[in-house]
Amino acid sequence: MNKNLLRLGVVLGALILLAVGSSVLPMVLPPIVFRVVMLCGIAIIMSVSLNIINGFTGQFSIGHAGFQAVGAYSAAALTVYGHDRLFPFLPKDGTFSSPMYSLTSGAPAMILALLLGGSLSALIGYIVGLPSLRLRGDYLAIVTLGFGEIIRVVVENTDAVGGPRGFSGVSGGAQVPALTNFFWVYGVALLAIVVARNLRFSVLGLSFLSVREDEIAAQAMGINTTRVKVRGFVLGAFFAGMAGVLFAHLERTVLISSFNFDKSFGFVTMVVLGGLGSVTGSVLAAIVLTTLPEVLRAWGADQYRLVIYALLLVLMMLLRPQGIFGRGELSLGKLFGWGKDKKN
Amino acid sequence: MDVIQNLINGVQLGSIYVLIALGYTMVYGVLRLINFAHSDVFMVGAFVGYYTAVKLAAMGWLTKQTTLLGGILHLLPVMLVSMAVCVVLGLIIERLAYRPLRRAPRLTALITAIGVSLLLEGAAQLPFVFGVDPKFYPEILPSGPEATMHFHTFWGSELTVSKNALVIVFTAFLLMGILWFIVQKTKMGKAMRAVSHDFDAAGLMGINTDVVISFTFGLGAALAAAGGVLFGALTFKSILPLMGVQMGLKAFVAAVVGGIGSIPGAMLGGMLMGITESFVKGAPAIKIGSLTIDPSRWTDALAFIILIVVLLVRPAGILGKNTPEKV
Repeated sequence: MNKNLLRLGVVLGALILLAVGSSVLPMVLPPIVFRVVMLCGIAIIMSVSLNIINGFTGQFSIGHAGFQAVGAYSAAALTVYGHDRLFPFLPKDGTFSSPMYSLTSGAPAMILALLLGGSLSALIGYIVGLPSLRLRGDYLAIVTLGFGEIIRVVVENTDAVGGPRGFSGVSGGAQVPALTNFFWVYGVALLAIVVARNLRFSVLGLSFLSVREDEIAAQAMGINTTRVKVRGFVLGAFFAGMAGVLFAHLERTVLISSFNFDKSFGFVTMVVLGGLGSVTGSVLAAIVLTTLPEVLRAWGADQYRLVIYALLLVLMMLLRPQGIFGRGELSLGKLFGWGKDKKN
Repeated sequence: MDVIQNLINGVQLGSIYVLIALGYTMVYGVLRLINFAHSDVFMVGAFVGYYTAVKLAAMGWLTKQTTLLGGILHLLPVMLVSMAVCVVLGLIIERLAYRPLRRAPRLTALITAIGVSLLLEGAAQLPFVFGVDPKFYPEILPSGPEATMHFHTFWGSELTVSKNALVIVFTAFLLMGILWFIVQKTKMGKAMRAVSHDFDAAGLMGINTDVVISFTFGLGAALAAAGGVLFGALTFKSILPLMGVQMGLKAFVAAVVGGIGSIPGAMLGGMLMGITESFVKGAPAIKIGSLTIDPSRWTDALAFIILIVVLLVRPAGILGKNTPEKV
């Protein structure tokens, strides 16, 4: 009872902090820095959710941006085409006068968009994952790579979402509203982190880890390995879809080139550098690798980005294959020596 | 009429897929590793061929040809240089990136392979390497009417076959023949088959597995380079640092469809992939009510739809053997 009360307090405190941050940060920070902060949040959602697939269940998905694209396009279509019927209270040109206003009046639209984008992406994750996860080995890598390609072709041939030109709304009609703000980005990021962290120490999560460690042994212990892998994959796809929704309503022009293989590869780099299976690692790597290109751009060294990422990845694999954090986590308790240490 | 024309185009495209797919399948056979960097070896092969061709053309040794034999003879030096450079590249990649990970988990090797691939792509795009602008091969065999042969099929329709298509198919089949000879008739080929059958047992039988693996990488890189030159000089004429991504993916899918690890499987899969793609490209638009679907715009997605279907129906591929994993 007391513990539940404490939890409620923590949740309420987090919500208040997020809401305060949402209204204060855009005023305090310069727009460029604020944009990077938002992109970091979205990258955290992507890398933590990819870590559930690649780190916890030991599979290898390299098309995570494809699921982000599913979320982004479906949610943008919802908020644009559903504007008149569902959300007539939103401004038609999609711009809000203040971040607080977008948070309060946009909340129903954002919640609906997040749910739609996440579930559609999870559904597609199920369809893509089921045939490839039945097999052992590297097939998932190829299928997810191909999946990104299929999404690109589908989007480019769908005029309702702008085709190759990108999608920002109906000309003369509703535009993609600027619903994304600090509250939603970091709220979903926190949710992803909490889900991933709790998953790790739960029974379900243990079955995930056992599949990673030894699939044959896990099967012998009575674990339905295909079901476990598909569950991990669908959960990862769900969060990726939500990240896509947030991205679409932050950028307000959805371009298919924002979800290409380069981006997917960036998320893989984050997870691998941070440490496959370490939530802390993927959060930190997401922040560093999202900020790094901006710094490189400021130095005029943007063209070296791909080379630097790739080199980092290869060197990391050769010298420290478990990533910076390995499978360890950094927690406040450990840092300050509070309470009992939880060993993984 | 269109059927045969599509078939010819398909075999032309399929020949290049086969040349790339063979490299994937051979490396997978000996190492159980998807060598993602292979598609970029193909790209480097096309670029090396381009620089060689430009050099030769500047020296006056490479001129426009209209005969079949002239085309092959003028293509040969370009191809040989490119193959030699790519063999060295393949060996370097294997030595530096994959050999230290021989005993590492497969995921580590896979991530490294992707890293190497991205490294090659990123390096190729740098302005002082190849640059991002498309490069145009000097013309060796024109695809216009001066080097096109016309046939009349016996039911009266006309069939056009460009000579460069013939050169591509001829070269590809010649290389496949050489590969077949190496794998089946030489001692090194026997060692390759042994390593691919059982890595550890082959080592115990006194086969130097490291040499065999290096040889396999070299062989695959040479075939990919040949494919790159054929693709750049005769099919597309313009080359880009990212051209390997699409081609490599489709070739890999072809290898999986044929049965990864199996050399005849890669040949079959590559041809199937090329022919299917050419038929879909040539198919007329379908009208359903007010909706018009133009299949030619969907060719890029086709390969993966085929892949997903094959994985559902026959995961080991058409010619692959389904081996259950033992403890």
